[in-house]
Amino acid sequence: MRVGIPRSLLYYKYLPFWKTFLTRLGLDVETSPMTNKQILSWGVKVAENELCVPVKAFYGHCMALRETSDAIFVPRVVSVEERAYTCPKFLGLPDMIAAVAEQLELPPLLTPKLNQREKPSEFKWQLINFAREQFGLSRLEAVAAIEEARVAQRRYQESLVRGHKPVDLLPASRLNRTRFRPPGEKRKRIGLLGHPYNIYDGYITQNLIARLEEMGAELVVPEMTDHHVLMDAATDVPKQLYWTYEKEIMGAINHWTGNRMIDGVVYVLAFACGPDSLIQVLIEHRAKTYNVPMMSLTIDEHSGEAGLVTRIEAFIDMLMRKKTAA
Amino acid sequence: MRVSTPHLGNLHLTLEDLFRRLGCEYVKPPPTSTKTLQLGAKHSPEFACLPLKINVGNFIEALELGADTLIMAGGHGPCRFGYYGIVEERILRDLGYDFEFLMLEPFGDGKRAFYRTFAAISPGLTVRKLWKILKVSFSKGRAYDRLSKRSLQVRAYEANQGDTNRALKAAEELLLLADSPEEIEAAEVEALGLIEAVQQDPERDVLKVGIVGEFYLLLEPFSNFGIEEVLGNMGVYLERTVWVTDWIAPNRNNYIYGYPKKLVKQKAAPYLDQNVGGEGQETIGGIVLFAERGFDGIIQLLPFGCMPENIATSIIPKVQRDHDIPVLTLAFDEQSGRAGMITRVEAFYDLLRARRGSRAAIA
Repeated sequence: MRVGIPRSLLYYKYLPFWKTFLTRLGLDVETSPMTNKQILSWGVKVAENELCVPVKAFYGHCMALRETSDAIFVPRVVSVEERAYTCPKFLGLPDMIAAVAEQLELPPLLTPKLNQREKPSEFKWQLINFAREQFGLSRLEAVAAIEEARVAQRRYQESLVRGHKPVDLLPASRLNRTRFRPPGEKRKRIGLLGHPYNIYDGYITQNLIARLEEMGAELVVPEMTDHHVLMDAATDVPKQLYWTYEKEIMGAINHWTGNRMIDGVVYVLAFACGPDSLIQVLIEHRAKTYNVPMMSLTIDEHSGEAGLVTRIEAFIDMLMRKKTAA
Repeated sequence: MRVSTPHLGNLHLTLEDLFRRLGCEYVKPPPTSTKTLQLGAKHSPEFACLPLKINVGNFIEALELGADTLIMAGGHGPCRFGYYGIVEERILRDLGYDFEFLMLEPFGDGKRAFYRTFAAISPGLTVRKLWKILKVSFSKGRAYDRLSKRSLQVRAYEANQGDTNRALKAAEELLLLADSPEEIEAAEVEALGLIEAVQQDPERDVLKVGIVGEFYLLLEPFSNFGIEEVLGNMGVYLERTVWVTDWIAPNRNNYIYGYPKKLVKQKAAPYLDQNVGGEGQETIGGIVLFAERGFDGIIQLLPFGCMPENIATSIIPKVQRDHDIPVLTLAFDEQSGRAGMITRVEAFYDLLRARRGSRAAIA
């Protein structure tokens, strides 16, 4: 059986784990193509108008898989740590896709539920049950599959901490490839903040990474810092955040500003992103307090290339002058 | 100590009672107005949801009136609401206001923290005393909810437009004066009598519409341009899924709404078998329940960009097909206008009428 993983949303976080795990279940794994015009316009057409652009793109990626896959993998990732959730939209994602599955003639969905909110060890049992019920594996086989997947995921995260970006490591990410870099003395360290499914999707953010690097940015991304360090740094807020991925963003800005690691921040957020709309206030406050220049880039399916380029050029120019003046 | 909280429908009536019993001065923010919303929208992040913007406006107006302690409800996600307080405090401090800020976290998340929040505004408060006060004030809140629920139904049949509103106002005033539990009970009976006394036209052919959606939009008439009154005046019998006392009650048996949360979740399960925060599941379950009871249509209200409701909105087309019931989805933000709402509601009303007519013709 051939199972398709949409190259969207949590793909950028957990692909090595999922791919290894599903392969060990005896499945043939394929990923949807990189986001392109066709995929996004499919998504925009089908998805509810008010959703954020990455979720719309997810609909499109499911469409892209319907010809070649026998099943689509849409896990319900409720929580990845104790006392926290992911985004509500990830909680409802399988139901949202299921609601249009008939209309779009999608193949059946594989939707294991992963919830570590109450107890972190639950995660393992949820996957074991999924493997046993859906694919008839024994418990031992399932445990072995999980272990192998964990090793793959750990290896991936270790390379990220060593300074690779997810786009450098995931298969066939041709977009967002930097063609040249200005010499070292002309570079500025810029923190690129935002959800991986936005900043690493070269189509949605219009090659933002390559553009920034070609203009002389030395990019710092949240993935380069160890997860535990980010989580520790994220506790420096009046009330603990209950969205894990927003905690990572908050932790990154706290860590970068606290350790004077960056000259400026570019914060990419999707229009109508719920959690980001709130922590935006805290992030702006933090950047202001630590006197770090910051630019918020709001993206949606209508974002134009010219507008983006003008804004990042202006921002980088401003940073260059600031350093020379000082 | 001058305490204030944001508005939420008729909750200020209950709060007035609660703060009087706690012995602190309650600064009631001026009724939410366009000015409130403009103030809030100006200082809030662009795509934060509408309730946050109105909250900020309420707080600014309360601070201008001399409030020095602000209370905001909390929560633990995944909906944005639980983090509102922190963001609102940040916005207000950046504007240069000086105040004490208290987050009231749900009772279930820590009994001690819950008690301490009240003890901070009412020195010498014991747990036993707090419990007693909450119980009495809460029963008053229940009475207000029962009154407005009944008025939603009576309004559809009223012989002279406006009678129900006048009766409801008089009824609420009766309750305002009641103090002891016995008095509250007696006042409620009398108040309900006032609403029942509204002259009705039982012959009228009324449409039945269920209102579902996000709790702030359902509870705060300002935010939805008084859609319930508009529908009531057209002669539409209304029921809705969210009531303020159901929402703050320690159990989720939903005595006002009439269907316990467990049942609602069961009904939602074939479409959305996962709590997505807010009222996502309640919306889907509510539509199924209303459809099963033979309602003519459903209106879903949500603030623009509300995450749980957007999940529900994405699923509604399927529910609509399966249960053969029309659903009108209305999203509101600071750009919305009353005229736009009325046009859409009128068109929906005509559709429901025509539908009923064609059904009768077939039968």
